[in-house]
Amino acid sequence: MPLSGAPYGEHGIVLPEPFDESLKDAPIDLEVRIELFRKQHEIRQLEKRIYDLFLQGLVRGTSHLSIGMEATGAAFGVALRRDDYSFATYRGHGHTVARGVGPEPIIGELLGRATGLVGGKGGSMHLTSVEHGMMGCYAIIGAHLCIANGAAWSAKVRGTDQVAVAFFGDGATNIGAFHEAVNYAANYRLPTIFVCENNLYMEYTPIAEVTPVKHPAADRAPAYGMDATVVDGNDADAVYLAAQAAIERARSGGGPSIIEAKTYRQGGHSRADPGQYRPDREVEAWLAHDPIPMYHQRLLDLGVGEDRLTAIIGEVAAEIDRATEAAKSAPEPAAEALWTNVWADGGSQWRN
Amino acid sequence: MAELTYREAVAAGIAQEMRRDPSVVFLGEDVAGAGGVFKTTAGLLEEFGPDRVVDTPISEQAILGAAMGAAMTGLRPIAEIMFSDFFAVCWDLVANEIAKTRYMTDGMAGCPLVIRSGNGAGLRFGAQHSQSIENWAMAVPGVKVVAPSTPADLIGLMAASVRDPDPVLLFEHKALYPTKGDVPDGEIVDELGKARVLRDGSDATVVALALMVPRAMEAADMLAADGIEVTVIDVRSLVPLDTATILASVAETSRLFTVEENPRLCGWGAEICSIVGEDGFWDLDGPIVRITTPHLPLASAPKLEDLALPDADRVTATIKTALG
Ligand SMILES: Cc1ncc(C[n+]2csc(CCOP(=O)(O)OP(=O)(O)O)c2C)c(N)n1
Ligand SMILES: [Mg+2]
Repeated sequence: MPLSGAPYGEHGIVLPEPFDESLKDAPIDLEVRIELFRKQHEIRQLEKRIYDLFLQGLVRGTSHLSIGMEATGAAFGVALRRDDYSFATYRGHGHTVARGVGPEPIIGELLGRATGLVGGKGGSMHLTSVEHGMMGCYAIIGAHLCIANGAAWSAKVRGTDQVAVAFFGDGATNIGAFHEAVNYAANYRLPTIFVCENNLYMEYTPIAEVTPVKHPAADRAPAYGMDATVVDGNDADAVYLAAQAAIERARSGGGPSIIEAKTYRQGGHSRADPGQYRPDREVEAWLAHDPIPMYHQRLLDLGVGEDRLTAIIGEVAAEIDRATEAAKSAPEPAAEALWTNVWADGGSQWRN
Repeated sequence: MAELTYREAVAAGIAQEMRRDPSVVFLGEDVAGAGGVFKTTAGLLEEFGPDRVVDTPISEQAILGAAMGAAMTGLRPIAEIMFSDFFAVCWDLVANEIAKTRYMTDGMAGCPLVIRSGNGAGLRFGAQHSQSIENWAMAVPGVKVVAPSTPADLIGLMAASVRDPDPVLLFEHKALYPTKGDVPDGEIVDELGKARVLRDGSDATVVALALMVPRAMEAADMLAADGIEVTVIDVRSLVPLDTATILASVAETSRLFTVEENPRLCGWGAEICSIVGEDGFWDLDGPIVRITTPHLPLASAPKLEDLALPDADRVTATIKTALG
């Protein structure tokens, strides 16, 4: 007899709420919206390419895609200032792209090439680009929420108004580090923004089966004296507005925020996982609640020409094709790279 | 020259670095208002204020995460983990995050921070507040590990650790806090990766760390009374490890003993024995002998705790027997 009322495979289905059509009239510049559109496509198309490369056996190890979840990354990518900090999870390709990192170093990293973003030492789960404010993708659940606090604290001590954003999954809200980090940020009013991308599942277990509250991040906020915002994570405008408010609050000394973005991964958890533990009706409903066609239509409704949107999609596709070929033909890391950059002196020596 | 306790040296070392560099910040549980549970950090809050000396919640992951994120973005944090046993609740931050950042980012990001902690036994605190965990730390590639045995070394190695661009775990020995030592005037800056020869003798080399250093020195006196002269080396820094000093000494004495407080299996001395076995084998005239705490949790009863830790008598007897 399973302990929970929702045994594996028969859990309650969580369906998306319809898109909020009134967001069409939200006070967001059209050029900002074009940027949101472009970034969502950059992420979607890159993730699709990575999936193909994985199936071709060219991406080894693992990869966690965010197909279906692009709106959150794109919205923060557009809303953040260049010198703000992002901390993401192993599902971090999209957040890296969102901060302005091009597809070539990302694909190169996944293919284990010398030209990879971090020279082949990180791989799919560990993309970092400090110059873009992308402070890393972390593969041990929870830690980076605490680390983001450190960057936020540092900004405060150094007297800048930078903010730090930590993206994490619904599953991460049940690990101690989440609670330590939120309490810590709230106590010191740090400019940390906690963004839960609630895609309803951990790896294979529905979050609802192991969590006694409906909103795993937002419902915990009151325990730390915080308000939280729950948004449609598949609507880039909704996330953008929430991001703007949280960033403004953090910059002006108002302290941390929790945003819970409701979303869904269209594919499995990682690698070639077909995600069959998810009920058909749920998958179908969320596939229909796709952030990208909705946003396309919204821009058309706002008077943007189809030709402009098609051109953007084509530009992104061409760049990903080019990046793929460049990464494929790049060399593997030199053998000496194994020994470099353990220490700040560039080496790895531990004895004389 | 002034005489300071090892306890006072902690605050002196931190203060020296905080005065020099405004990016040095200090955080931990009970470290500011209360001056530390061991009173090691008294006076820092008063001198540097609450923005740089921070009392934290009981959240070891949050503490080390804050230190790491701050170190990645321009500060030089010193974090306290009150008892080294508590590293067990935040080891993810040490072993998976802090240690690996520079390598995983191929040098793009680093964590110039210091984690200092009260390590070791002797205070009858029992199995969860007495461990010597320096060997856990040195098992993780990407962190440096030091364990000073005197007030002057504590200040000097603290300074070297704070100035080092890589993460350093600095283990203070709780039983050494009341001990006293001479400390030179002015700024003290030591070097990581340098062992110190404390006493010269031609019959054997004895390497020791932290609380085991005074015990090895006491044993050396006792052995000398019996006509056995040993060299005593304070290892001080496990990573980087000054193998040159140890190998040079073994080349002269032909015998090696380690005196280790950590439990037997994979203790720091095992690595030194392995290095000497490979690189100094032909210099040896007899077996290498490790004198360690047995592979046991620590008991709190004074009699049992004393039996577990190597003391001068055990060191003396073991060396005498081995040298025949
Ligand atoms: C501390 C820790 N425990 C377990 C894992 C294994 N693991 C990797 S991803 C994952 C699921 C996380 O789910 P969620 O936080 O919802 O993020 P999502 O993958 O859905 O984006 C688990 C359990 C891990 N990486 N770290
Ligand atoms: Mg999830």
